Amino acid sequence: MTEEANNSNIISTRNLSVFYGSQEAVHAINLDIPRNKIVAIIGPSGCGKSTLIRCYNRMNDLVPTARVTGEVFYNGMNIYAPNVDAVHVRRQIGMVFQKPNPFPKTIYENIAFGARVNNYQGNMDELIEKSLRQAALWDEVKDDLTKSGLALSGGQQQRLCIARALATEPEVILMDEPASALDPIATLKIEELMQELKEQYTIIIVTHNMQQASRVSDLTAFISLDRTRVDDRVGVLVEYDLTQKIFIKPAEKETEDYISGRFG
Amino acid sequence: MARELFEKKIKQIQDEILLLGSMVEQATLDSAKVFKNRDIPASKILVEEDQSINDKRFAIENAILILMATQQPLAHDLRMLASMLIVTNELERMGDYAKGIAHNTIRLGSREIPAPVRDIEKMAELGVSMLHRSLSAFIKEDIKCAVSLPAEDDEVDDLFNKCYRSIVNGMIANPAIIDDSSLLLWIVHNLERFADRVVNICERTVFIKSGEMLEMDGSNDESDVDF
Amino acid sequence: MNNKNSHNQSDFKENLNKRHALGNWFYFVLLACMLIGMFMLSALIIDLAIQGKDWLRPELITKYHSRIPEQAGMKSAIVGSLIIIALTGLFSFPLGVGAAIYLEEYSPKNWLTSFINININNLAGVPSIVYGMLGLVVFGRMFGLFKSDSWLVKLLNLPVGKSALGGLQFNLFGIPWLEIHLPFNQSLLAGALTMTLLILPVVIISSREAIRSVPSTIREAAFGLGATKWQVISKQVVPIAMPGVLTGIILSLSRAIGETAPLIIMGAFTYVPFLPKSLWDKFTVIPIQVYNWITLPQEKYRVHLAAAGILVLLAVLLSFNAIAVFLRKKLEIKW
Repeated sequence: MTEEANNSNIISTRNLSVFYGSQEAVHAINLDIPRNKIVAIIGPSGCGKSTLIRCYNRMNDLVPTARVTGEVFYNGMNIYAPNVDAVHVRRQIGMVFQKPNPFPKTIYENIAFGARVNNYQGNMDELIEKSLRQAALWDEVKDDLTKSGLALSGGQQQRLCIARALATEPEVILMDEPASALDPIATLKIEELMQELKEQYTIIIVTHNMQQASRVSDLTAFISLDRTRVDDRVGVLVEYDLTQKIFIKPAEKETEDYISGRFG
Repeated sequence: MARELFEKKIKQIQDEILLLGSMVEQATLDSAKVFKNRDIPASKILVEEDQSINDKRFAIENAILILMATQQPLAHDLRMLASMLIVTNELERMGDYAKGIAHNTIRLGSREIPAPVRDIEKMAELGVSMLHRSLSAFIKEDIKCAVSLPAEDDEVDDLFNKCYRSIVNGMIANPAIIDDSSLLLWIVHNLERFADRVVNICERTVFIKSGEMLEMDGSNDESDVDF
Repeated sequence: MNNKNSHNQSDFKENLNKRHALGNWFYFVLLACMLIGMFMLSALIIDLAIQGKDWLRPELITKYHSRIPEQAGMKSAIVGSLIIIALTGLFSFPLGVGAAIYLEEYSPKNWLTSFINININNLAGVPSIVYGMLGLVVFGRMFGLFKSDSWLVKLLNLPVGKSALGGLQFNLFGIPWLEIHLPFNQSLLAGALTMTLLILPVVIISSREAIRSVPSTIREAAFGLGATKWQVISKQVVPIAMPGVLTGIILSLSRAIGETAPLIIMGAFTYVPFLPKSLWDKFTVIPIQVYNWITLPQEKYRVHLAAAGILVLLAVLLSFNAIAVFLRKKLEIKW
């Protein structure tokens, strides 16, 4: 792990494997995420895409049977080292989930929550406005921030969740199929938003929608079942390259078959 | 089982391309024949028939665009459909060459001038043979054939140079036939360009398979000027 | 109906009339079940109303029990019931909710936890009289530890009362009104603690349900924002679960209001001609007062006053349930 690599890659995994009990879910993943890029993780269902992305902010800690081996370097620091506090990691690596899940509180309180639990000392009103502007939601809700978060439409709720994640001023935003529960127009808004956010943040998105991955990402990682272990369902990194390369001229036949819809 | 509908539609387009190819082949051979026989009425028919080549070209292009919009092809499928668009365009231009030859035949009328008729016929036969095999290789993605075919362009180029020399010498010897002889130049030029376009089709065949654009220009190429 | 597919139409015997008839028949059977239940309930209430309506006078609430029926009332019982319920709510809320939070959010999934779970579920079904005995021994008499001749008194040389019952009385930290009586004897405190034990299993179970019904996506989102486990629980889970928790407690309390046996066992009195002034005072509750009246020979007590007393109890019960429904509607989260 060279110093140079540390500087250009904000997150790097080395030999990352995840076990649920004795079952291996993902095996020996080595993936470098460069700063200020959007990296898409694609692959068939059940191959470990979500498991992988949840390693980045130690959300797998919440699953009692989960065990992680290998290393995940964030800015050069291994977040799975024994003295690292997961709570500290999660402030800096935020997450947006598949189904919009705003808290049953006002829009204001939704966004303020992350700041408050982390003891934010600055001006809360400014933080709320900044987060909502960055999430392209400010104009739609600025007239009434006391409205319940649940009263918004699905697309607005998801942007609220993005604003909520941005309020802790993270460096990386993880998105686990953020648009799969949304209609096409809301989906496009989220995709456009990602392009704007890219300037300040690094984004890692898991998606099963290949057109979305190709529209939105700079790099694409293809995770699929390890063909050499037929009795287990273990996910491995099959190919990782520039998006344009993966979608026009992938190196691996497995990748080619998957993206052309000729899997199985 | 996967993407049966998609595969079926691709096969339909491939059949249409082969059909377009045989239309172009026929038109080219006919254009050499009507020139040899100075058959003006037949030439006029040939000029009109170019329209059906144009129509078929647009029909194929449309089918490809629909497939791209509705099936979102990626990787190999994407390269193949994009190459089909380009090859269809090449075929239509080659059809225009045949039309150009027929056109010039009409212009020449029945005036006698020295012409390398035999060589012109040979160029047409060679070109058509190359086209036929290149299209077959294109559909089958036969790289071996596609890579070896461009070498035959050299023979066409040699014939072109020979014809060019003899026509120009004829012009120098008898300045009165310069106008008519220049029509002859265009005819042999079209046939030479015809063979060049076959080489383009071979390049696209390699591209589909490997994703690499390999330039396969022969050694004796002329500049790209059409009539 | 013309059908182009190859199924032989006679393969489907449909039997429409028979199937609809069966459905209708069942509808009437179910309706009858409901009506029977309703009928019995209405009959009871109407009977009570007829027997007791003349005796629903202010005296019922303003007077104590008396040997003269026209001057008898249930003032002390009503006040006793209300105080017992209030104290029971006060004690069971933190204990029940705390236990529920621990069991749902913190306890590891091992055999010990399963063992505890099974026991809590069992305790919810234990007859209430058992809780009465428990209350008597543990709170009322404290295992006899404060009798004059107990080993503890002898060991620590405690200044117990002179009689055989003994009993320790002192002021905590010397503060005059922080009086402590050990054991609790037949006081309001003992009664409230007994009732707390009675409803605790149900409170725990319903609070756990409420906590469990908080969507896991909320917890995930809160953790994802960098909240600690306690922050997630205290700032998201518990507030969202609170309507369910409160409804559970109020419904448990409304059951506790009607409990007679445990309080009789642990020593609530039947004749209390005064209002309790402190936690250590004797008390009575509405069901016990009604029970007392029913056992008296005079018809005025046995039939009419008792009916009136039951109507008062039902009124208190209904208002509790109404509060529960109101709170639930008001605090409900529309996802």
